[in-house]
Amino acid sequence: MRDKQERVMPLLRTLLLAAVAAALLMPVILTVVNSLMTEREILSNYGMLGRTDTSDFVNLKWIPDWVSFVQYFNVLIASPQFLYMFWNSVMMVLPIVAGQTAVAAMAAFAFGKLRFPGREPLFFLYLITMMMPFQVTLVPNYIMADRLGLLNSPSAIILPGVFAAFGVFLLRQFMLQIPGSYMEAAKMDGAGYLRIFISIALPMVKPGIAALVVLLFADYWNMVEQPLIFLQNAELQPLSVFLSRLQKEAFGVSFAASVIYMIPMLLLFMTAEKYFIEGIQLSGIKG
Amino acid sequence: MKLNHAANREIMIAFCFLIPSLAGFAVFYLIPFGQSVITSFQDGLDGGSWTLANYKELLASSSFKKASANTFRFMAISVPAIVALSLGLALLLNTRVFFRNWLRTAYVLPLVVPVASIVLVWQILFDWNGALNGWMARLGMIRIDWMKSDWASMVIVLIYIWKNIGYNVVLFLAGLQNIPDQYYEIADLEGASRLRKFGITWTYLMPTTFLVVLMSVLNSFKVFRETYLVAGDYPHDSIYMMQHYMNNMFLSLDIQKLSAAAALMAACILVLVTILFQAERLFRSYME
Repeated sequence: MRDKQERVMPLLRTLLLAAVAAALLMPVILTVVNSLMTEREILSNYGMLGRTDTSDFVNLKWIPDWVSFVQYFNVLIASPQFLYMFWNSVMMVLPIVAGQTAVAAMAAFAFGKLRFPGREPLFFLYLITMMMPFQVTLVPNYIMADRLGLLNSPSAIILPGVFAAFGVFLLRQFMLQIPGSYMEAAKMDGAGYLRIFISIALPMVKPGIAALVVLLFADYWNMVEQPLIFLQNAELQPLSVFLSRLQKEAFGVSFAASVIYMIPMLLLFMTAEKYFIEGIQLSGIKG
Repeated sequence: MKLNHAANREIMIAFCFLIPSLAGFAVFYLIPFGQSVITSFQDGLDGGSWTLANYKELLASSSFKKASANTFRFMAISVPAIVALSLGLALLLNTRVFFRNWLRTAYVLPLVVPVASIVLVWQILFDWNGALNGWMARLGMIRIDWMKSDWASMVIVLIYIWKNIGYNVVLFLAGLQNIPDQYYEIADLEGASRLRKFGITWTYLMPTTFLVVLMSVLNSFKVFRETYLVAGDYPHDSIYMMQHYMNNMFLSLDIQKLSAAAALMAACILVLVTILFQAERLFRSYME
């Protein structure tokens, strides 16, 4: 009796968990499936969205009548604006990810591996700032951008991004795990701190750097708050904000646009999932 | 003497490593925040006398009250819900199941899917003519205008849970795997009941739970993203969040009120975080 229970229960639990997983994945799958439909099929399925003059319901379909890449063609080739906005996103996210990683790695080395007066209170300040939501940090960011004349330029988003506290916090967690004896041994061999940083600390926190890159990319690729406030010009907006407009203006192609927008993030996630999970476990705190 | 010299050298070097980060952090966060706190207590942008007028005005403003009440209510509903759900999932995942790693990947995936790219799906589901109403109509129920009624906040809670549940599941799983097996073995030897064993789990999971609650609260402030992308600039009253209010203030360039609102919020979060940390400390000392 007990034996049978042991065999059936894991199966039941798996089924339950798989049902939850299916529900969580449903929006992504639906987007991908719809991106393979023609504009006509999209409009006939969903044309009644947002309209009050009809009582028809949308027609949720999981298999396209006709698999077509016409949406992708329209988005990528027929409307240059999309690629332009895509590029806007790239040109904001890449400097933030690269800059924050570099600046934070150095600071994290100091916080995690060097002794200096005021270390703990200063780190506490970083920690508190990291926990503040956008509603709090955007105000100082705005004041500074205004004073430096950066408003309505991507720098108003990039610079605060580069100096955000999250990277320092996450990489410090990884730096703390480097055994002190490694440092001592290197010092015995006459290595300077710069040597230790470059040839011992950095290689040892590689997983941390990978985790930081994925977490930062996931966060900034998805940004909405900052561009809404700092960028008045529509041409400067990143794809995240532009997509919501496209969805109203060119409904028929927006599924393909959404998929293209997802792809860089999904590729990065698939190659670095291990580090992503490790980053969450070690951080406990996301930017 | 030599030791002292080495220590001084280390301080110098630490400073060199720190300076790029510290300079930028000070310029973009610390200094302007200090300045905005000062501004919030003054009656003019360029100095002026000290006053509490900005705070009084803020607290009297009906849209600020609405925004903070909505944000708070959202937190009060969504945080317990997501903590309970993710704990349940993590407990199940931690037993003998098939495809554990695949399932975990599926739970984490929404974290990396940009909200903007699946907003359409939420519209398809929750529109007046949407799929959900379609299913309800087939069951003979009356359709509901999900996004333009008080139900809107429930839709946002759902999106929040969809997005963040994987994060908490990963944290809880890590916490569960850190509980030493011996505890359960001893409990088995003593013939402890299932309930008693769950008590063990729960006790040792407490520190993780504090962390999860903290993270869920902090992430709940970010829900504006989802709200904005699904409902636009003018959402239904029940999902008018703090960030909507701040955006309007930014548009009218009301820096003083903005500063007051930011300072007030920072203070609230500090209090909240302190309470959580104190609770955790209390729990730890009680454990020992």
